[in-house]
Amino acid sequence: MLYRETGQFKTGYAADQQLFPIRQDRIAVVALLVVAFLGVPLAALTPGLAGAIDFNYWFNGVLIPFLIFSLAALGLNILTGYAGLLSLGTAAFMAVGAFAAYNFELRLPGIPMLLSFILAGVVAALVGVVFGLPSLRIRGFYLAVATLAAQFFVVWALTKFAWFSNYSSSGVITAQKMVVFGYAFDTPVRRYLLVLAIVCVMALAAKNMVRGAVGRAWMAVRDMDVAAEVVGIPIMKTKLLAFAISSFYCGVAGALYAFAYLGTVEPAGFELELSFRILFMIIIGGVGSILGSFLGAAFIVLLPIFLDLSATSIERGFGLALPAGLVSNLTLIIFGALIVFFLVVEPLGLARLWQIAKEKLRLWPFPH
Amino acid sequence: MQFFFEVLIGGLLAGVMYSLVALGFVLIYKASGVFNFAQGAMVYFAALTTVGFMSKGAPFWLAAALALAAMVALAFLTERVVLRPLVNQPQITLFMATIGLTFFIEGVAQLTWGAQVYALDLGVTDEPIGWLMDRSGMNISRFDLVASGIAAALVAVLALFFNKTRTGRALRAVADDHQAALAVGISLQKIWVIVWTTAGFVALVTGLLWGARNGVQFALTFLALKALPVLVLGGFDSIAGAIVGGLIVGASEKLAEVYIGPYVGGGIESWFPYVLALGFLLVRPEGLFGERRIDRV
Repeated sequence: MLYRETGQFKTGYAADQQLFPIRQDRIAVVALLVVAFLGVPLAALTPGLAGAIDFNYWFNGVLIPFLIFSLAALGLNILTGYAGLLSLGTAAFMAVGAFAAYNFELRLPGIPMLLSFILAGVVAALVGVVFGLPSLRIRGFYLAVATLAAQFFVVWALTKFAWFSNYSSSGVITAQKMVVFGYAFDTPVRRYLLVLAIVCVMALAAKNMVRGAVGRAWMAVRDMDVAAEVVGIPIMKTKLLAFAISSFYCGVAGALYAFAYLGTVEPAGFELELSFRILFMIIIGGVGSILGSFLGAAFIVLLPIFLDLSATSIERGFGLALPAGLVSNLTLIIFGALIVFFLVVEPLGLARLWQIAKEKLRLWPFPH
Repeated sequence: MQFFFEVLIGGLLAGVMYSLVALGFVLIYKASGVFNFAQGAMVYFAALTTVGFMSKGAPFWLAAALALAAMVALAFLTERVVLRPLVNQPQITLFMATIGLTFFIEGVAQLTWGAQVYALDLGVTDEPIGWLMDRSGMNISRFDLVASGIAAALVAVLALFFNKTRTGRALRAVADDHQAALAVGISLQKIWVIVWTTAGFVALVTGLLWGARNGVQFALTFLALKALPVLVLGGFDSIAGAIVGGLIVGASEKLAEVYIGPYVGGGIESWFPYVLALGFLLVRPEGLFGERRIDRV
């Protein structure tokens, strides 16, 4: 009864084409943004609450990684979900972004932080275009294997050439302090706000891109590239643009991963495992959906934490100590089983479930 | 020149081992169109089950038979829980499901047998063949030769199975056209179980050979990644391609490591096969023996 667009008339094209055409959606999004930007930081700064909840853990262990992975998943979703180009090299493009941002800060003293993030994205985009070139001739799983070349090559190059990590002994880099407009983002709350702002701006840009001419060209190429070519969509430009923009998103996500989340990273931290995790996010969240990237990231970030918590509470509840190997292997089994379960129940992901729920809600309490 | 041949032959023999892993992929891809990422985990699971039973005191043949039984059970389970509900889904969904399956198998394997490294002794020593060393001075391992012999025998058995038996003909029919196979009364479900069992058997042989060389350990699961460039070179749906691709990858990566490696700081084995495969794809997008795709609008 609450969620119904009855009586909301559109009187012009602008109103019809706005981002959230339903008033309830707009209210919900604004409310969500207010909570994220004001509610959460204010709660963290309230002395009474800060004692009850471990906010540092929530920021460092949950919210910041969630936002950063959402951004990376968004990047991969642009490439795989919208342009239909399967990639297994997401972590490599994140690594390029992280190391590029580090080197810009290191070698160009005084460069603004945000500018070095953007440049890091641009460098990742260039690398993405180079490894995207094969997509012009190959597709499907063959392309996935081709992107694996990027994955292994980038990690190897970052490890092998010490220049990238400023000749540190083990290839580990320590990200510089984040200072934007003379304001240091050093506490968890501040880092959270910076990441949140960047993610919001980029998600908005992505949303607008995929519903504009660019996005329609991507989807046309995804659905049938020969037909798209026949109606006059330049295949090469479209595919390479998808690679560039996707890698840009991943690059920025990688830079944030190093600067706002971990602080110190090494090339080995951007292994194939990470690429797979991000691929899981978009599959579980929903391929070809902006919202799905966020839902998937939330699911993949929260699931291990949830499994861990339940393991410890079982231990406490029954007063027994589970061997360490048992818990980690059980987590692995449950994780694998859940992925299969989700794919079986809803192959289109959480975003599709959300859509179904919304349609049900519009009719509720009537069946039709 | 002699050194060149030594590296070449060593690479070719190592390539045989890659071919074995790729073979498991090809079998499943041909029959069910599933890109089975779990092949590496299956190799690990099969080898670990064998050495696990051996460590409990079972003789080798019994342990291997029990491991094979476990692979059959896994094939039934996979068909029932993963493949059947996901029939007619896009390939990427099935691919993701097999990644989930990978985690599941890895977890079960380590939960059952522990994560430590097991040694496996097949009775063949991994040392240079004496008379060859004396005659030509080439350093060729006896183990490598035996492994290639086993691989050749395995391929021969598979070829016979595919070409001369009723089940083999059904498998080829399914690989050719699912719907036509269904129409003439071939049960897809049964075929899938058979083909996953066959892949499980290949995984067992692969796991025992690799395990005897490097120890049965978690690193075996990464074999799946080594097989990917092999598949790209040979084509996803060609058994001959898997063999030839494996040989090319094995030989070229060893040669590249020896002749190009020193100039760029070494360690290029990790990515060289992929770049090779990539360059190859640009010329022939469907691999050496893969079926050429025809686009229709």
